[in-house]
Amino acid sequence: MLLLLAVSIIVFALVSLSPIDPVQANVGQSAYLNMSPEKRAALAEYWGSNVPLWERYFNWISAFLQGDMGTSLRYNAPVAQVIATRAANTLLLMLVAWVVSGVLGFALGVVAAMKRGSWVDKLVKGYCFVLAATPAFWIGLVFLIVFAVWLGWFPVGFSVPIGKSAADVTIVDALHHLVLPALTLSVVGVANIAMHTREKAIDVMESDYIRFARARGLTPWQALRAHGLRNLLLPAITLQFASISEIFGGSVLVEQVFSYPGLGQAAVTAGLGSDVALLAAIAVFSAALVFVGNLIANILYGVVDPRIRKGEGSHV
Amino acid sequence: MSSPNPYTTVMERAALALHLPRRRRVANRRVLLASFVIAVVALVAIVVAGRVVFDAATATDFSQKNLAPSPAHLFGTDWMGRDMFLRTVAGLSTSVLVGLLAASVSAVVALVLASIAALGGKRADAVVTWLVDLFMGIPHIVLLILVSYALGKGFWGVTIAVAVTHWPSLTRVLRAEILQCRESSFVAHARKFGVSSARIALTHMVPYVFPQFLVGLILLFPHAIMHEAAITFLGFGLSRDVPAIGVILSESMSYLSAGMWWLAVFPGIALILTVMLFDVAGSSLRRLIDPHSSQE
Repeated sequence: MLLLLAVSIIVFALVSLSPIDPVQANVGQSAYLNMSPEKRAALAEYWGSNVPLWERYFNWISAFLQGDMGTSLRYNAPVAQVIATRAANTLLLMLVAWVVSGVLGFALGVVAAMKRGSWVDKLVKGYCFVLAATPAFWIGLVFLIVFAVWLGWFPVGFSVPIGKSAADVTIVDALHHLVLPALTLSVVGVANIAMHTREKAIDVMESDYIRFARARGLTPWQALRAHGLRNLLLPAITLQFASISEIFGGSVLVEQVFSYPGLGQAAVTAGLGSDVALLAAIAVFSAALVFVGNLIANILYGVVDPRIRKGEGSHV
Repeated sequence: MSSPNPYTTVMERAALALHLPRRRRVANRRVLLASFVIAVVALVAIVVAGRVVFDAATATDFSQKNLAPSPAHLFGTDWMGRDMFLRTVAGLSTSVLVGLLAASVSAVVALVLASIAALGGKRADAVVTWLVDLFMGIPHIVLLILVSYALGKGFWGVTIAVAVTHWPSLTRVLRAEILQCRESSFVAHARKFGVSSARIALTHMVPYVFPQFLVGLILLFPHAIMHEAAITFLGFGLSRDVPAIGVILSESMSYLSAGMWWLAVFPGIALILTVMLFDVAGSSLRRLIDPHSSQE
């Protein structure tokens, strides 16, 4: 909790430090020049440019905690409302990517470890190595070229068909627009979990209990299924929870590529358009998301490994 | 299911049992050293080449616009007739330079914080650990957006944002290294022999930590470069007329539906290759100086 509060202070300080004058940025150059001094002063008052920083912070955070996150200038709506509508899109996207990359990465990692040294292993390793060096948004661009422009299988952007009223949008439409962004995020997310699982699985396969199981006549796959999988699965799940920060970061980029109306795209719009209230709120929201993910990961660590539970407060 | 595993054929078992080398091996350290040197030389070449073609990269030629890749224009040309190959090379050199600055600053910050944490007592350790958690608690891209917004965007906004946000993970690594070194028996012995703290730091700590620091520094590059490209792609970074991979890729978005795939594909591949060069340099250096893996 303290951490989140500190995050909110940093976020607020950063957006307030900006030399970009919110008054000027949001009324436009010409309007600003033609404005009477009184009007300017009134606007400055409204924006609180002449109130000390900490006082503004306290006003902001106390309102924020009561659910009043201010008004978004770019979307001309309460920030809470903008976030609510967009969070649904982003969370859906992240959830799909999180599950797909987790399952796929885990499977690839296990297979690579079991076939260590073979072409499958080399393929998986090569894939992860290249992917670790690949920006998510570029993969998005390539998918866009191949699947949307060349093959025409998927739409080029947005989360629903253009020109259709919200009531007519079917779930199929929404899913159709979700596929490419989710695929991009998943493909990028696979590398981390696959490499981690591979390392772990190699360790497990060389362990004494697997050797004993093999000595009893079990095939490697049988031994893995009976004794190894559980040892591999829980660390993988915790790792996946701890990687929420990266998935959110990836979704910011991917949403921008596919014009997918989620939080990430809103954050970029807010940052470019000096929509301070929205930018700050999204930053805090994303930190809270990461916080919850890390919390779950920490709890799971304890569940997986009793040694950590005993040595409480120790850092890993 | 009890089909024989292909990995335990009779020959393989025999080979394992008799410790027969399966393949002739080249001297590993020499290969590592060579790949390190080649990677570094290639990176320097990119920077130099980028500086040399900088003006040519921004030259427009409207008689040559929107051309697909051909021998004359390897990566094709864009809507202003600029040669995409030259633009890419110039952009990469900008990326590498920004990455160099950012990685160095972050690595120094990490080293200072890690030293404070590991040597400055319990309180200092708690503060630094907490700071690391704090900065890792905000998604990196969001933090970059915030910092570059706070600095008013533009070239310096991005460079500083990338520079001041990459220290947390390295701080963690270095802190653990220094702690391990401090707890080691050779430091304990030295202390018992009455060696002064400064001397211990100089003769034991520095040689122990410096290699890790150097490797960490090199391995920060890929992150820094990719984040610079990403934040520029989002529109916070370098101005439109500077050749930069992020600018090239975000521009290409408008032309993709017109089928001009080469605007995005080649610069992206070039970026990936550059990032991988840093990876090669960093990991081969690590394996060279880390006794545990240098003979693998």
